[in-house]
Amino acid sequence: MQQVFKRPQSLKDVQTHFCPGCHHGTIHRLVADAMDLYGVQEQTIGVASVGCSVFLYGYFDIDVVEAPHGRAPAVATGVKRAKPGSFVFTYQGDGDLAAIGTAEIIHAANRGEDITVVFVNNTTYGMTGGQMAPTTLVGQKTSTSPYGRDKSKDGSPIRMAELLAQLGGVAYSARVAVDSPKHVLEAKKVIREAFGYQAQGKGFSFVEVLSACPTNWGMNPLKANARIGEEMIPYFPLGVFKKEE
Amino acid sequence: MSKRLFVKGNEAAAMGAVEAGCRYYFGYPITPQSDIPEYLSRELPGLNGEFIQAESEIGAINMLLGASATGVRAMTSSSSPGISLKQEGISYMAGAELPGVIINISRSGPGLGGIDASQSDYFQCVKGGGHGGYHIPVLAPNSVQEMYDLTMHAFDLADLYRTPVMLLGDSVIGQMKEALVPNPRPVRELPAKGWAVRGKSGAEQRVVKSLFLGDGELEAHNWHLHAKYKVMKEKECISEEYETADARLIVVGFGSVSRIAHTAVTMARAEGMKVGLFRPVTLFPFPEKALEEAAGRAGKVLVVELNTGQMVEDVRLSVGAAAQVSFYGRPPGAGSLPSPEELLEVIRKNYGETAR
Repeated sequence: MQQVFKRPQSLKDVQTHFCPGCHHGTIHRLVADAMDLYGVQEQTIGVASVGCSVFLYGYFDIDVVEAPHGRAPAVATGVKRAKPGSFVFTYQGDGDLAAIGTAEIIHAANRGEDITVVFVNNTTYGMTGGQMAPTTLVGQKTSTSPYGRDKSKDGSPIRMAELLAQLGGVAYSARVAVDSPKHVLEAKKVIREAFGYQAQGKGFSFVEVLSACPTNWGMNPLKANARIGEEMIPYFPLGVFKKEE
Repeated sequence: MSKRLFVKGNEAAAMGAVEAGCRYYFGYPITPQSDIPEYLSRELPGLNGEFIQAESEIGAINMLLGASATGVRAMTSSSSPGISLKQEGISYMAGAELPGVIINISRSGPGLGGIDASQSDYFQCVKGGGHGGYHIPVLAPNSVQEMYDLTMHAFDLADLYRTPVMLLGDSVIGQMKEALVPNPRPVRELPAKGWAVRGKSGAEQRVVKSLFLGDGELEAHNWHLHAKYKVMKEKECISEEYETADARLIVVGFGSVSRIAHTAVTMARAEGMKVGLFRPVTLFPFPEKALEEAAGRAGKVLVVELNTGQMVEDVRLSVGAAAQVSFYGRPPGAGSLPSPEELLEVIRKNYGETAR
């Protein structure tokens, strides 16, 4: 009998610790699929960030370095410069990448580091307990915006994929979502494309993935999925914002 | 015959790094250490290396973290406010047991302070500096030659103990020019870097991390780190003594002020006073035993620092009841460097009290 669906080789055969309805498992799978596609598992060095994604090494069967909060793009810069033949990706949440690590992501992108950044945007600090993130939507209630994010006080949610697309060093910048089977298939294609940029030595590639945090949003998984389509995508449009040939 | 060069302390450190096999440098400009990145930005590209001017000191230390994790020899350098920013990364490197060399050509502070010679970062560098209760070896050169030699030594210590190592100087040591004989690196047996991430390449997964959440894991890791520090204390102390054998007063000073103290001790000897100088070269591990011995013989110790009293605490802990400890310090700032005559006067006063 022909097997049509199996666990990617780059992913370990273990259960994840993530909350019910969390999308990290799906995104891990898509990233592992892209590694398998280019056959780079054996030369990949993953850079884990702070937050729910820190346990990268528990799920991916690859070498991993842990970075301080927000600093993954700088750590990845050091790794790739010292080992130019390696395949390097960071996996960062929105608090990590768009708040404390703003300088590191912008400058790694601007230098055109030959790495891939997977940016998981769920509009909140997940592991820390649901505080306001730079991507929290206006009006969204969190544990530190109990009255809802106030644009006049807290500013507007940052659109990282569009922001980074402006920089000269960026070869590829896109945003996807994983709230529906259709979007997951599109995300798979885009993540493959982003990894392809590094596999071909074309420079810095970035994929923002809109994902759910049902626990901190106070929703069940289905409602959380619905929120991505109803509230997040209208503000964070899906698409490829930069694609250098 | 070895060649003799006439170079700045900062350049000597950069040259020592290259000789030690360092090919990766990540840094951010700050006075008075910028000669180091300037030198390496010229030299490393021609040696198949990489120089990156980072967006910040935080970026630089984390690039060092990433490069070191792959097993290469790499370095950063900065100056006091920049070292404050690097402390987060240094703590992570200490926690993840990553080698790497950090040169601190310190400024005077706190805050923006000034660029004058200063020893006011002693606590920050020697007592951990970042969070979590770790130590890193701290080496305090007092000459251009030592900037070169101790930088090479720092790389070996880093690899031997899998730890960040700091070279602590100031503007006097970094900016002065002296003769340098660029000796080849001493050969020391170093462990293989089987822990380094390279991509699995068919082997078992390697993980470089400082997060330990399992029951008892973090405690065990901290005991492991503590055991390393204990070995360093036994094996890696370096100090220098001058005229201490029959001394009745030992002057203790490190780095730039030790040179002024050296002159003052010579002047005191010319006046017939039995005075000696003890110079810790490693500030961590602190040369406790050697100092205790010298101080025990003399009975009295005078600590001289370019601050209001930091290393003196380690001197007191080392000496215990074996000798009486007094302190003379000048907090940093333009015109704050004591002259040999000024220190001689302090020596006379302390020596006179000893004689009574």
